[in-house]
Amino acid sequence: MALRLLTKSLVPRARAARFFSTTVGHGEFPGGQTVPYVNKIHVVDPKDADVIPAYRVLDQQGKLVPGASLPEGIDEDLAVEIYKHMIRLNSMDNVFYDAQRQGRISFYMTAFGEEGTLFGSAAAIKPRDMVFAQYREAGVLMWRGFTLDQFADQLFSNEGDLGKGRQMPVHYGSRELNYQTVSSPLATQLPQAAGAAYGFKLAKEDRIAVCYFGEGAASEGDFHAALNIAATRDCPVLYFARNNGYAISTPVKDQFRGDGIASRGAGYGIPVIRVDGNDVFAVYEATKKAREMILSDGRPVLLETMSYRQGHHSTSDDSTRYRAVSEIKHWKDTNCPMNRLKLYLLDQGWWSEERDVALKDAERSSVLAALTKAEAKGIPALDTMFEDVYAEKPRHLQDQEAEMLEHIAKYPEHYASGH
Amino acid sequence: MLLSSLRSKLASSTLRRQYASSAPLVTERMNMFTALNDAMRVAMETDPTAVVFGEDVAFGGVFRCTVDLKEKFGEDRVFNSPLCEQGIAGFAIGYASIGRTAIAEIQFADYIFPAFDQIVNEAAKFRYRSGNQFDCGKLTFRAPYGAVGHGAHYHSQSPEAYFAHTPGLKVVIPRNPTQAKGLLLASIRDPNPVVFFEPKALYRASVSDVPVGDFTVPLGQADIMRSGTDITIVGWGAQMRVLEDACDMAEEAGVSCELIDLQTITPWDVDTIEQSVRKTGRLIKTGGFASEIASTIQERCFLNLEAPIQRVCGYDTPFPLAYEKLYLPDALKNFEAIKHAVNY
Repeated sequence: MALRLLTKSLVPRARAARFFSTTVGHGEFPGGQTVPYVNKIHVVDPKDADVIPAYRVLDQQGKLVPGASLPEGIDEDLAVEIYKHMIRLNSMDNVFYDAQRQGRISFYMTAFGEEGTLFGSAAAIKPRDMVFAQYREAGVLMWRGFTLDQFADQLFSNEGDLGKGRQMPVHYGSRELNYQTVSSPLATQLPQAAGAAYGFKLAKEDRIAVCYFGEGAASEGDFHAALNIAATRDCPVLYFARNNGYAISTPVKDQFRGDGIASRGAGYGIPVIRVDGNDVFAVYEATKKAREMILSDGRPVLLETMSYRQGHHSTSDDSTRYRAVSEIKHWKDTNCPMNRLKLYLLDQGWWSEERDVALKDAERSSVLAALTKAEAKGIPALDTMFEDVYAEKPRHLQDQEAEMLEHIAKYPEHYASGH
Repeated sequence: MLLSSLRSKLASSTLRRQYASSAPLVTERMNMFTALNDAMRVAMETDPTAVVFGEDVAFGGVFRCTVDLKEKFGEDRVFNSPLCEQGIAGFAIGYASIGRTAIAEIQFADYIFPAFDQIVNEAAKFRYRSGNQFDCGKLTFRAPYGAVGHGAHYHSQSPEAYFAHTPGLKVVIPRNPTQAKGLLLASIRDPNPVVFFEPKALYRASVSDVPVGDFTVPLGQADIMRSGTDITIVGWGAQMRVLEDACDMAEEAGVSCELIDLQTITPWDVDTIEQSVRKTGRLIKTGGFASEIASTIQERCFLNLEAPIQRVCGYDTPFPLAYEKLYLPDALKNFEAIKHAVNY
């Protein structure tokens, strides 16, 4: 193990020179290529390594940082469009969070504080790129054109839901928009993204897989499985980590001891970029660069966005039981991705407080309208319950369906509501 | 001698019935691993999106099932994965999720459990949970399974019953080279994820005349290997040889056995078993999925049953090394169960 850590690729020449008194030749090993020998024990301690820096373009007051310029591709239209989407997602999160509190939908998860990460990346990838999401990435789907009605239909598991009302709320998916359906088991989508990306590569398609996950999910075995196989098969996949500081109640100090998720890339032979996730421009530019690298070099890239989960984990969680209210307030007040972009837009004269208020009102009304509409719809047709288990409906499922229909015909009033 | 020629006649007549085509049935002598290899060759020739991967498949596989495939189809389509079963499974699901054909190998069925989450929570539910927007139907997991004489805990397991309790999956197990080739090709082309277990004890031991070229054996259909009137015996995979021996012993004792190879464990062919038991009135079942078959048949054939349904299975212990011979539900144990049922 120690020998492998001492490979050239992991120990830069300058650093090696500082620590090694003498290099005494080198050996060729199948497990570590060319390994230099040294005459003193050399311990590689990650504590000695520099923290991987996070790229930023905008500071917390919405000003360009020294030496930075507006990323190529960002202009007034795109910046305003991104901001409008942030307001739309924020309105949707507020309305549906409240709707769950009122018992109108069974569950909800907000993306408060991660709007920069979502829209910055969504705007930088291509609509043909296949997205594999965890669950807190509704903004990416929104950017691709998923409508408020479509979101609301899924949340109400009604007859309009593309998923036929089968999964919990926020488990969105859209074949048309190249957004694979979300599932609850964490990190399972990571090796799947590598497989899809490998398919794109064999088909010589100009597209990548983009795989989102939180820093908690990165502790799952599937994270390791995915990055390793993506590297060994040279898969065109972007691994996009949202490091927001918490996995439900678990702070990162209980999640890992290395330098976040980014530091793991090197061990897999995967290039890494770390970004200020509350800076939408930096996320946009880094994602764009990562996509270009993936296609030109024919290998995966790992991108880690540093952000903060401003909301509760979900509607089943009260986050003030494990973190201070003052901490949440600090992030909202001083380092909020929406606010940073808004300050920039105001500075440029691309936006105004009047437009801001008007748009927030309009979006809130649109979401409320979608909610009302979705709530009024019925649940999916009864005959969909036994469909899609298999491509065809096997005999035993036909029998079970017939039994069920016979049973509810006998006790119709008991099952009248459908729930 | 007489029996084995009768048996091969039966096998080929079954085949003719299933693949009634104008062309004469040209066969080639193959063992099970060469038949499986041939199935994968046909699958890859007829489907340019098909890939074969897993641990050590590139050099031909530890059981020689993928020999020469890399040379024929290139290293992009036949490749080694890192040693990580959950990765193999997840990668296969993702590859299939964009409409391409994945043939993934798990080196031993004993090592499929790290991939259990991907197979049960992901592959099996992929189509249902998305409302049929996405599926991973063009996916097949191959894994050697079953006793091998000296495999102990981790080279002997038969985990089909775990998967048989998962809606969305098909589980298939062949008994000889011909069925292996036809069932594997059918599994690869089936629009649902399939877990395909290969009786590793038969990789070399089982040899038969296998039709050359492209053919499939339909999934979801049991195969009546021999007709009888006194008792129905049901099994699958490597156990079919054991059951043939038990039936021979019973027939010498004057008992007429109807022997059925289930072939597809889920969704299983209830009708064929039901019809047989209605005729014979007795059922013996072998294997871990036996309880499901026993309770279903009890429900459907209650008035026809003349004896309790018996299950002749491995004991409820981990698979032992030194005591393997005692552990297995061998021919003699099955013969005793047949006598018990007939004399009940």
